[in-house]
Amino acid sequence: MSGRYEIRFSGSGGQGLILAGVIFAEAAAIYDNKNAVQSQSYGPEARGGASKSEVIISDETIDFPKATSIDLMLALTQEACAKYYKDIKPDGTLLVDEDFVREIPKGSFKVISLPIIRTASEEIGKAFAANIVAIGTIAAITGRVSREAVEKAVLSRVPKGTEDLNKRALLAGYDLVKRRAN
Amino acid sequence: MGKIKLLQGNEACAEGALYAGCTFFAGYPITPSTEVAEYMARRLPQIGGVFLQMEDEIAAMAAVIGGALTGCKSLTATSGPGFSLKQENMGFAMLTEVPCVIVNVMRGGPSTGVPTGPGQSDIMQCKWGTHGDHPAICLTPAYVQEIFSETVRAFNLSEKYRTPVIIAYDEIVGHMRERIEISDPGVLPVVQRPRPACPPAEYLPYDDSKGDVPPMANFFEGYRYHVTGLNHGPDGFPVNASPRIHTDELRLIRKVDSNRADIVKFEEYLLEDAEVAVFAYGVSGRSAKTAVNQVRSEGVKAGLFRPLTIWPFPEEQVAGLSGRVRKIIVPELSLGQIIHEVDRCSKGRCGIEGIHRVDGDPITPAQIVARIKEVM
Repeated sequence: MSGRYEIRFSGSGGQGLILAGVIFAEAAAIYDNKNAVQSQSYGPEARGGASKSEVIISDETIDFPKATSIDLMLALTQEACAKYYKDIKPDGTLLVDEDFVREIPKGSFKVISLPIIRTASEEIGKAFAANIVAIGTIAAITGRVSREAVEKAVLSRVPKGTEDLNKRALLAGYDLVKRRAN
Repeated sequence: MGKIKLLQGNEACAEGALYAGCTFFAGYPITPSTEVAEYMARRLPQIGGVFLQMEDEIAAMAAVIGGALTGCKSLTATSGPGFSLKQENMGFAMLTEVPCVIVNVMRGGPSTGVPTGPGQSDIMQCKWGTHGDHPAICLTPAYVQEIFSETVRAFNLSEKYRTPVIIAYDEIVGHMRERIEISDPGVLPVVQRPRPACPPAEYLPYDDSKGDVPPMANFFEGYRYHVTGLNHGPDGFPVNASPRIHTDELRLIRKVDSNRADIVKFEEYLLEDAEVAVFAYGVSGRSAKTAVNQVRSEGVKAGLFRPLTIWPFPEEQVAGLSGRVRKIIVPELSLGQIIHEVDRCSKGRCGIEGIHRVDGDPITPAQIVARIKEVM
């Protein structure tokens, strides 16, 4: 399965993580012309409860559509982090929200902690843009999709009238990673 | 080159239906099939079609039959509990030879079960869900692109043989998104039902003297005829006598059975020199392919038989396969259903082993890899 890269977006139902997965997959599959599969898993609740969305990107055909050996996992809530981190591979990455995930599970994976939700609420002024901030951070960390592709995918999926806000949210995500690296 | 999109399996199903010329959808929303209805609700009015949300699944199936009788290619989509409710009217459509397509996006359960998780435990219901001897065609796509093309094929088979066709795929395949190409019009064949050439006064709706599939007239085009769930004669009116009942029921079965070569479709993957075969469809078929690729890279001679038509069952192919391999492994998201069909067709020529899982998660490639290695 060389070339197969597995990403899991997790958090609470209603945080827009399924949409984040869809946008990321669309960036890869439509705008970057790679193979990508997006799938999701959620409970019967409309809001709340741990929710996850997965994206697999590969240069090869993707048969098994679910993540079992995760390269990068995002967790926006403590509950989702605890519930879903076990599939991260030993040299994978766990990306958590700095304020909402305080207890980091033990493992040999790399941990990156960033204020994703705070950035959305304070810099962008809308906490619900956290999913788009997260897309920016993941695109920057993984380098698996081009910036141009991500931007196109975001703009094609968000409601009309929110393009500017979402574009700023995406850039804020990229910046979070850049600032942390410096 | 057609249009490239990132679509959900359920959305691809709706696109396939539209491509095939579907102009009528009646349904009742149920997870994990609802996106088919949502997509049709948005698109059908744009092309002059009709979308109806009915009061329940029973009425939805009845409406689909009505729509089909007026000449519309008709679709409904549902899941487990809704599929159970539709069974009586599906039997009506089979006996009255009304073409229509029923999508069953399989979740876990009996009863309400696991609405948001995948299942494959309705697969025998797709064959035997309604009472009596009846023809059954059921297709089992596993990729979003395949859902699109198999939905077109479902309509084609339904029209060609004047019989309901079921498309059964699991929640994972229904909800996952992949890049697909929506073919340009004219690329995939689109079949229309056989139409009568005679004037209305001479029309006999169930006249099988010229072939097993009698021409079908649309209501409101001058042809009037009787449609009943009672066994009937060539004019459509009830017949309760020998030998008509027997010969007519034989014909209904024969419509499907004698056309297996046209209906049965499957993928054979790395089976030429295989010592172990995996028989799997839907998401389990996808897991199996990953597993087969993995063990092949380690030199293990394994292959995959992946049915795209599960009913009629690919009997001949499985019989042949069972004579060439030592074992057939059957992973399925049920506690053991399709494995019995594989066993029936293998007639003891090789060992059969199942991998069964009903906890809301798919069978993983690792589970299949482990079993292949165990039996080698």
